[in-house]
Amino acid sequence: MKPAIQFNSVNYSIDGHPILRNISGAFYDGEITTLVGPSGAGKTTLLKLCNGLLSPKDGDITIGNLNINDYDPVELRRTVGMALQSAPMIDGSVHKNLALPLELQGKRLPDIQARDLLNDVGLSEDFLQRTSKELSGGQRQKVSIARTLVNRPQILLLDEITSSLDQVSQKEIEELIVKINRKYGVTIVWITHNLKQALNVGAYTWVMMAGEIVETGESELLESPSNERVRQFVKGELGWGSLH
Amino acid sequence: MGIIALIFSLIFVLIPIVLSKTLNLGLEKDTMIAVIRSIIQLFIVGYILKFVFDAESIIYIFLMVAVMIIAATLNARKKGAAIKGITWKIAVTLIFIEVLTQSILLGFNITPHTAQYIIPISGMMVGNGMVLAILFLNRFIAETEAHQDKAELILSLGGTPKQAVHIQLMTSIKASMIPTIESQKTIGLVQLPGMMSGQIIAGASPVQAVQFQLLVLFLLLTTASITSVMLGFLSYPTLFNKRMQLARSK
Repeated sequence: MKPAIQFNSVNYSIDGHPILRNISGAFYDGEITTLVGPSGAGKTTLLKLCNGLLSPKDGDITIGNLNINDYDPVELRRTVGMALQSAPMIDGSVHKNLALPLELQGKRLPDIQARDLLNDVGLSEDFLQRTSKELSGGQRQKVSIARTLVNRPQILLLDEITSSLDQVSQKEIEELIVKINRKYGVTIVWITHNLKQALNVGAYTWVMMAGEIVETGESELLESPSNERVRQFVKGELGWGSLH
Repeated sequence: MGIIALIFSLIFVLIPIVLSKTLNLGLEKDTMIAVIRSIIQLFIVGYILKFVFDAESIIYIFLMVAVMIIAATLNARKKGAAIKGITWKIAVTLIFIEVLTQSILLGFNITPHTAQYIIPISGMMVGNGMVLAILFLNRFIAETEAHQDKAELILSLGGTPKQAVHIQLMTSIKASMIPTIESQKTIGLVQLPGMMSGQIIAGASPVQAVQFQLLVLFLLLTTASITSVMLGFLSYPTLFNKRMQLARSK
């Protein structure tokens, strides 16, 4: 399988405190990979390394055939889109938020494209003129995902986008992500706290703990982990997450 | 005003001390320190100015202005400790303001080329620049911390550092300039400006005092805008590294 992002002995630390240790592996092209693990495992840091919001202290990250440090940061972030956990919105309408990625390039977002984007994420065009403050948590996340898609990224990083949503909204977002993956063939890396979601949606899963990859493989690994710590984790014995 | 009159004026110091004591405000010591420092500092400045005015040497004028800029820079930099290289950024801003305003004033013969005019006007410009710098830095640091998620959003969508802090930068520049503009709207109606009052008390014609005060007000507008804008555009790049990442992002 072709890797979309390849990690080779990547380390990251802050003020000498290690956050990620010796990360090696690949997120496969066109597939959905989920990242699971307790808080503080380094999952968000790993995503930020992928779209250049952070840089590794040592080790290599390769996207396509190019080392991540050889990319122009702006080009990299357009190629590797990221939807943030808090789905921050700029003041103004949904249309203004959707237009933001193009506005940053000095371009305008045609109305028809804005309507298509909303349609892609299951929102009607009535939302275009609503202000971001009028949106529910789920709607906000959908707008955030649609906004990230404006740059037509080859890779989409999702940072706990359903963590504060109710079950109905979570299910809607799951279906939406699968639809986007199929429609655009975009590689998706999704941090989730919901192990059932990881199992249902992700083809592959990385389990991370304390800055390290503890186990990786097809998502079914969550049903019968080989690592003892992962086994405890999926049973909810580490005080966080449970598959059952 | 003679020494006896000055001694009587200490009644105005006794009033706040008595009030503080009566109401247990605990401000007696600070009030006393402020008064003693004011007396010592102003008398020292008075004698230095007398010496500089009498000497009529450009070197002394230069030294006086340099001391003002250094003192203002050292005071304002405390508020911008989070910004790398803030000391030289404030110093460059204040030097630029001083050079620009004095070049216009002296170049167009708006004010006489003497220490008596150059030093007080420089003091007002540099002092105002310092206050503006503190106001701007306070607001800018607060804005960037409060809206780090928005800056990160714009970077993650492929925006540049300037685009990432544009709103925070403009908000801070505007907020730091507003007090100067607002205070000028009511000037003369609510209070007479200190310098104008001083000139009138010293016997100058009120109309002449107004003309000079207007000049100072216009200069303060320039100082306010240049301090905020220049400091803002010098400061924001230091929030990012060469890879266009937030320098303090974790």
